[in-house]
Amino acid sequence: MSLAFTLRTPPTVPLEAEVLTPARLAGLSAPEVAKLSVVHGNERADLGEFFQVQGTADGGGAGEFRLTGDLSRVKHVGAGMADGRIVIHGSVGMHLGAEMTGGEIIVEGDAADWVGPEMTGGRIVIKGNAGHMVGAASRGSAVGVRGGEIVVFGNTGNEAGHGMRRGLVAIGGDAGDFAGVSMLAGTIVVLGSLGWRAGAGMRRGSIVTMHPVELLPTFSYACTYAPLYLRLLLARLRRLGLPVADAQVSGRYQRWSGDAVELNKGEVLILEA
Amino acid sequence: MLLNGVLIEDTFAEAFTMRVARLLITARTPRWAKEAALKLTGFATSVIGCKCEAGIERELAADDTPDGRPGLSVLFLTMDKESLPQRLIERIGQTVLTCPTTACFDGLPDVPDRLPVGKALRAFGDGFQASKVVGDRRYWRIPVMEGEFLIEETFGMQKGVGGGNFLILAADADAALAAAEAAVEAMSGHPGVVLPFPGGVVRSGSKVGSKRYKKMVATTNDAFSPTLRAVTESQLPEGVNSVLEIVLDGTDGAAIESAMRLGIRAACRPGVKAISAGNFGGKLGPHHFHLRRILNGASAPPAA
Repeated sequence: MSLAFTLRTPPTVPLEAEVLTPARLAGLSAPEVAKLSVVHGNERADLGEFFQVQGTADGGGAGEFRLTGDLSRVKHVGAGMADGRIVIHGSVGMHLGAEMTGGEIIVEGDAADWVGPEMTGGRIVIKGNAGHMVGAASRGSAVGVRGGEIVVFGNTGNEAGHGMRRGLVAIGGDAGDFAGVSMLAGTIVVLGSLGWRAGAGMRRGSIVTMHPVELLPTFSYACTYAPLYLRLLLARLRRLGLPVADAQVSGRYQRWSGDAVELNKGEVLILEA
Repeated sequence: MLLNGVLIEDTFAEAFTMRVARLLITARTPRWAKEAALKLTGFATSVIGCKCEAGIERELAADDTPDGRPGLSVLFLTMDKESLPQRLIERIGQTVLTCPTTACFDGLPDVPDRLPVGKALRAFGDGFQASKVVGDRRYWRIPVMEGEFLIEETFGMQKGVGGGNFLILAADADAALAAAEAAVEAMSGHPGVVLPFPGGVVRSGSKVGSKRYKKMVATTNDAFSPTLRAVTESQLPEGVNSVLEIVLDGTDGAAIESAMRLGIRAACRPGVKAISAGNFGGKLGPHHFHLRRILNGASAPPAA
């Protein structure tokens, strides 16, 4: 039986719980897990003060555990994880899956800011909305996501994919302002609308949107065509559960090149109305 | 052994270990996928003169291709693993990249031996190319005048089998051709097998070397040439006046064997006197396909 956590005492201030990774919990019994140390505000506390823990962790790092409850003040869940699977039945706090290198995190609710900052591999799926800075570079860092996939079924805040170098950020709803700001490469797909100043300062990479958008004047129209790789990419998003329409898979897209203030090798693809 | 009154000779086809890649060529319509595949596999009948052997394995429905468009599966073989990537780069670069609307994907994604074919061809993009990772597979987008050419970065390479064969010995040329056509039809689309010669049929089976010209690598199979019956050590039974050969390449011996079974059964029709096979006494190729064992449903022993 794998571990199951149920939140019984909601934290009154942010709870930093980097211990909640499959590798850290591997092989531990429920009582052992309950004694793991977390930081509640500026004080150390036992994980068991907040969670009822049941079951025994799977051996090795590739285990799976479940968290249930409103975890919107629980931060750093899955941070640095390399494999295994975390399922969260509820919402979750900031820095979910920060710098993770592999494995999968599923959130049935919403996620706060900073989903998967600087991750290099694995997959994060948010069934609800996510906050600002999804897949972004940490402040003071030049490079964001370096690999892996972040899929948000709902909306995201600002600066999704900030500084990303590789990987995929897929947003089923709308994205806030500055999506793909300073991105180096990688792909951002927004099935809803893009906010202002998408791709500002991007060097390479792709931002794909299904709705008309006003771009910065440093983006130049290239052509209208059907990029073949989108058929593969959108088919994959459909397999991951996003509502991709046939017209989006087979449609034609305006290609805009930019950002001319940088390398100008990036692209924004806008589905033809 | 007789099959539909046709003698199945007690002999075997001798085949060789080759290196094989599988390409999935897609296009906007089946026509353009086929145009590219035919050019790619053209002049790829035998390593003797073409440096590679290739053929169309089967047609692919849109649901069976990575990009959801119609396509074709192609098997491409060389004798050694060093030359396979070079031949692929040359041919894909000249025949698939150039063909309108096509894309080229790897058909052996789980094979660990990877050939950096797309990685090499990306240079045609002159720095304007871009890569994309979808799932765990990397693709290159190469800008071309039409739009973009999409190709997978690497292609899988595995050991394959080249040179499976059988000979159709017939009373006349018409009967031989009809039997060969029936055999090809029966084997068409068989998974893991291609027939690299024109229409899947060879009229000029060869022997190793030459009796007269030292530099010739292969020369006419005089033992099975009807016009030479009186002047050479002929192996033709009485009443045989025309012989056609079917050559099969494939991903493995089991696929070759299965296709041979279908093909030989289809070839045993009126006007055909016997079915034989080409071999070198068993001394050259490690894969031996015994005709009678195959038709009895027994597998050939594993290759040495």
